[in-house]
Amino acid sequence: MTYARVETFAVDGVEARRIQVEADIRLGLPAFTVVGLADKAIREARERVRAAIVNSGYEFPQKRITVNLAPADLRKVGPGFDLPLALVVLAASGQLDGALDDCAVIGELSLTGAVRSVRGALAVAEGVRRHGFARLLLPRSRAREAALVPEIAVLGVEELHEAVEVLRGERDPAPVPPPDRTEPERGEEPDLSDVRGHNGLIPALEVAAAGGHNLFLHGPPGTGKTMLARRLPSLLPPMTPHEAIEVTRLQSIAGLHGGGLVERRPFRSPHHTISASGLVGGGGHPTPGEATLAHHGVLFLDELSEFTRPALEALRQPLEDGRVTIVRGQRVMVLPTRVTLVAASNPCPCGMGESACRCSAADLARHQRRLSGPLLDRIDVSVTVGRPSGAALRDQVAPASAVLRERIVAARERQTLRLEGTGLTCNAQLTARLLRSLADATPAAHAALYALHDRNALSARGHGRILRVARTLADLADCATVTPDHIHQAAALRLDDQSLSLAA
Amino acid sequence: MTGACDDCLRRTDLVGALAAWLDVEWRRRTAPAGVLSLPDETLVALDPTGRVTQRYAAFSPARARERIAAAGLIALCRCRAAYPERLLELADPPAVLHVAGDVAALEADESVAIVGARRGTSYGLEVARALGRGLAAAGVPVVSGMALGVDSAAHVGAFEHPAAVPVAVLAGGADVPYPASRRRLYERLVARGCVVSELPPGFVAYRWCFVARNRLIAGLAALTVVVEATERSGSLTTADFAEQLGRSVGAVPGPVTSRFSSGTNTLLAAGAGVVRDTRDVLDLLLGPSSPRVEPAPPAVPIEPRLRRLLDAVERGHGSLAELTSDPEATHRVLQDLTDLELRGLVRREFGGRYVRALDGRP
Repeated sequence: MTYARVETFAVDGVEARRIQVEADIRLGLPAFTVVGLADKAIREARERVRAAIVNSGYEFPQKRITVNLAPADLRKVGPGFDLPLALVVLAASGQLDGALDDCAVIGELSLTGAVRSVRGALAVAEGVRRHGFARLLLPRSRAREAALVPEIAVLGVEELHEAVEVLRGERDPAPVPPPDRTEPERGEEPDLSDVRGHNGLIPALEVAAAGGHNLFLHGPPGTGKTMLARRLPSLLPPMTPHEAIEVTRLQSIAGLHGGGLVERRPFRSPHHTISASGLVGGGGHPTPGEATLAHHGVLFLDELSEFTRPALEALRQPLEDGRVTIVRGQRVMVLPTRVTLVAASNPCPCGMGESACRCSAADLARHQRRLSGPLLDRIDVSVTVGRPSGAALRDQVAPASAVLRERIVAARERQTLRLEGTGLTCNAQLTARLLRSLADATPAAHAALYALHDRNALSARGHGRILRVARTLADLADCATVTPDHIHQAAALRLDDQSLSLAA
Repeated sequence: MTGACDDCLRRTDLVGALAAWLDVEWRRRTAPAGVLSLPDETLVALDPTGRVTQRYAAFSPARARERIAAAGLIALCRCRAAYPERLLELADPPAVLHVAGDVAALEADESVAIVGARRGTSYGLEVARALGRGLAAAGVPVVSGMALGVDSAAHVGAFEHPAAVPVAVLAGGADVPYPASRRRLYERLVARGCVVSELPPGFVAYRWCFVARNRLIAGLAALTVVVEATERSGSLTTADFAEQLGRSVGAVPGPVTSRFSSGTNTLLAAGAGVVRDTRDVLDLLLGPSSPRVEPAPPAVPIEPRLRRLLDAVERGHGSLAELTSDPEATHRVLQDLTDLELRGLVRREFGGRYVRALDGRP
């Protein structure tokens, strides 16, 4: 036999694309050519494949070998093609005659023939199922992750010869450990009860978690802004199975994940030097950015004023839409970015606060100009985080996350019910139009809003943001209508950049 | 009658041409005012290269008028009747005043200068704003420098009253908004009041120009109020100029522990009038018996709960965590804070800290 074909999958953005690996072996000067828009890692794969085949006790044919990766117009990257390449060479040279048609293969090889782990196994397994294959052959360390997808047989292997024997039917595949849905993840999730001296701020966190509202924390360094932000994921309602699968797939693609289902909502806090494509995804071969890795979780931007303007500009639309569309060359990729944003900032560049501050007027003006950037009008809730007094540190202990989460989950359920059929999941996503029909505010509540407006305490944009937060406060209080009290509470949590213009 | 005579235009051009040299000279003499009162011939002779002499001889008044008109400015020279009389009391009144906006704003009898630190605290900004608003309501034009901080806060406060006619004096050309971040304020000033400068259109300010500008602020106003200033603040030079002119000076007292108020507290110790609110300003300006002073609005009684909250904010405990320690009670506090804000007793700063506001009386 001089021709063989093996099916594999390559992760493209956040989805797996089907790739066919064909090999043709004929007489001629010994050569090993890979065609089909393969990147450097795949061209280097030839050396790994050659060594792995020989070291596994098979023969590497001294003939002219041509391997084609189809479809030819898709750029292929990454080391996951090693195992398919080795198997297709073995099949084409007659050393492997098993049923390859119903089986997809993915894996990296070492020179000894050991099969190494790859990224994105879950996405690949979903692709395998979508294309109707019965089996997926992959590194054993990824088997448990792939087994989250029902209806396909997962063959986890550790050696090239093991893969060959399994395909030949000479040995049974090693059993996949059953997907353990309750396995605790490494380390304790940070809990709200670790927080001391900030009891007054807890309702702000509660509202942000209950309505999915983006949150702004303003205050001097060392007061606990980061600590509070890290605890927001623990307040969010538990992920649905569908969300958990999505998060697992994304983390697996990014190589952040150890196997099994991710149950905990992600928390990402990129450094402020991050580029626009690092934040929302992109690059020559587009990869997901931090916003996508924080999908269904919390994206924390500490020192908001230090982020570059292009990066923040780029984040604006994804925050609104819950997804980002990246166009590179002829390829269009849509990445999910449904995150709760937490932004934090010092009151001034030196961070010392008013009395001890040594910043000049110009420093301060520059800091505030950078702050008043594009993201602020996406933020509904804002609080000042001050330095707690000694007495507050001693006496104030926050309740455990689980205690608050009960009420938050109930508030979310009310939202889900109200938003049925709109495709939205929480109050923070309500547009101005939907807000009018769904907020259910009493006439007195509207009057309270206009009174705030007349007091000059409200910009036109701030109007909708207050109403959204008021709706969440009503949901938390299990109240069908938004009352003036809710409006007033929401107003005391608002963020308005109007006050910035005078403060310099 | 507006317009400017040839001699005055020529002198303005000369001052502009010598600006870089004056910057050096200023640091030597510490007061540019002395330099600016020298006659043209002496000034021309100060330039050793002779380039300024050539420029002075070749000066074309017609071209200068064209440039002023092109920049949308009105020129008033000290030889004409429309020139503000108060400025003539200066030892070195500017030859030409370039005005963007309505000249009528300069004609008021009693205007008040409100000046202060660029790096104001929320206290200083709040007081400046309240004074600006109160004076505008009393029909008194506010003169200031449009600088960051206290200066712009006074203008912003004045604009909160619909009848305000504020005046800004710039160090550079009257057609150049400086600082650039106050462009919107500049546009409002031109539309409703005026912006003036002694330097030709398009001129970019040197350091001495800011001190020279301060003498115009003091010269235009019958009373100068310093809201917040450190010991080294430039706004103290404005007070000095006002004193030299024999005009009254007022200052807003601040905590003795705050370096941002050390300059104003020193002014008070030296005999400046105490300014606590608009009434004090009007008393200083018009005398205690003046009929235009409105009686203070009666104090509105507030509930004890709100009073306690207001006390905490007044003590500087303006963040949510400082105002409450019980997560369950926070919703009540949030509601009360908005209540206080609607009554004009507190203001929410950017980020979420509450500070005492002066819109309503407790």
